[in-house]
Amino acid sequence: MADDANKVNGAEEAPIKERAKPDPPGYFEGESMTRRHVFTVASQALGGLAAAGIVLPAVGFAVAPIFHRGKERWEAVGPVSDFVEDTYRQVVFTETEGIGDAGKTTAYVRRSSEDLGEEAGKFVAVSNRCAHLGCPVRFVEAAGNFICPCHGGVYDFQGKRIGGPPVRPLDQFQTRVRKGQVELGPRYSVTSQMEPVRARDPGEFTGGIWEYLYPPRPSTFPPP
Amino acid sequence: MPSFPKPKIPDAVVPPPLRKPGKPGVGGTPKGQAPSDLKTSPPERKSHGDKLLERGKDAPIDALGWVDQRLAASGFLTGMLFRKVPKGTNWFYTLGSATLFAFIVQATTGVFLAMFYTPSATQAYHSISHINNEVPLGQLVHGMHKWGSSVMVILIFLHMGRTFFFGAYKYPRELNWVIGVVLLILTMTMAFTGYLLPFDQRSFWASIVGININGTGPVVGPYLSDFLRAGPELGATTLSRFYAIHMLLVPGAIIALIGAHMYLVVKLGTTAPPWVKAERPKVASPVSELDAGANGRVNGNRVNGNRVNGSPVSGEGNGAL
Repeated sequence: MADDANKVNGAEEAPIKERAKPDPPGYFEGESMTRRHVFTVASQALGGLAAAGIVLPAVGFAVAPIFHRGKERWEAVGPVSDFVEDTYRQVVFTETEGIGDAGKTTAYVRRSSEDLGEEAGKFVAVSNRCAHLGCPVRFVEAAGNFICPCHGGVYDFQGKRIGGPPVRPLDQFQTRVRKGQVELGPRYSVTSQMEPVRARDPGEFTGGIWEYLYPPRPSTFPPP
Repeated sequence: MPSFPKPKIPDAVVPPPLRKPGKPGVGGTPKGQAPSDLKTSPPERKSHGDKLLERGKDAPIDALGWVDQRLAASGFLTGMLFRKVPKGTNWFYTLGSATLFAFIVQATTGVFLAMFYTPSATQAYHSISHINNEVPLGQLVHGMHKWGSSVMVILIFLHMGRTFFFGAYKYPRELNWVIGVVLLILTMTMAFTGYLLPFDQRSFWASIVGININGTGPVVGPYLSDFLRAGPELGATTLSRFYAIHMLLVPGAIIALIGAHMYLVVKLGTTAPPWVKAERPKVASPVSELDAGANGRVNGNRVNGNRVNGSPVSGEGNGAL
């Protein structure tokens, strides 16, 4: 196009052809970009900048909840004396505030049992959210099992999967004792070896390579 | 804007500015000669009332002409409305229009439902029961929207099946198939997000299951389900989010894509059913002579492919596609 080297070569070899193709208007010797090209690139860049200024905040606004962790929440569910080792007591507490009954969830609470290899003097709170797709499971006293009504998932007394489609044991809630009351805190998930990990959604495996295939989300709390 | 061949337009719908003057000698009055009726009987003087009546009769056409002079839409509209369709076009070809009609019903009833619905976690359920039990005709409008959503999903699948089994997705209509698949996905998105809005037990748990199914995708799944819920648990913002997606985001995309879908239908023409044989052109064209040795199928495709590129709505050319 407007290259010095080409100009010299053209003058020697094909001067007529060189003259037939005139320089663009406003051309001056040695320029690397035409005036028109400069303005094209500049206006497109400005337009792109303006579009990004609108789109990026909007997308960030919609995506931000992924990276936001709510306030840690503890709720008393009853005096220590209410709970025993060999069966569960059903409690209802608020997991999500501001949406009334829809924000409440059910947990099954008992004292920890040394027979099951658990640390003594603690409390175990098993979430009723099925690890398959999130339906509410029920503890069946007679069988000593948790049973899901939706797709037939069955868990043993500790919440380990013993049948049906669930991919991991039932989730648990952190527990502590304050002023003689058992309090339930954030949710966490467990591996098949009952090791606590950060909370996963139902349907997601835990432990081993699954910790990378289903990465922990910033919106969840670290396990105890 | 595509250039459509202009079919013969009935004189009645042509506004005055576009009406061509009669050719000399062909009907009308011969040049330089008084009209024949003048010879036999002189014209009666028209009364003032008759003149007004005549002007009144012309008024709608004049108004139409005024708009069309500025919009220049009549060429496009006649090209679209009087376009040729291939032989063998049958009732299966109405499934697309039926889906469009179902969408229009959904859009209309949805707008009126929004006048009474409250997208709040604590009030959504009560607003729906208020619509169903107290608002006049509320149960009907809500029912049309609720059952109409299933009708639309069924129709869109039937339309897709028609397109598939008639081979109507083939060249040059692949892009329209792709747009149609996107429309199918958007329709499913509408069905999914709309299901939560009544916020009763059924919709609540169904949405939880649906979101958790999204979450089982490896690597991105957990973030996707957090995005859908706007947090780690289904909450108040989940409902507003689904409402916004259901009301604003997806309908806009659907309307835009339906426009593109229908533009391509008109631009490319429709296909004949597979059992209708392609007609050979009566006058041998250079292309058909070149391809005379090849087998008929390839020949047909070549001829029709060229025809489609050249004149978008030529009916007989699309026979074999």
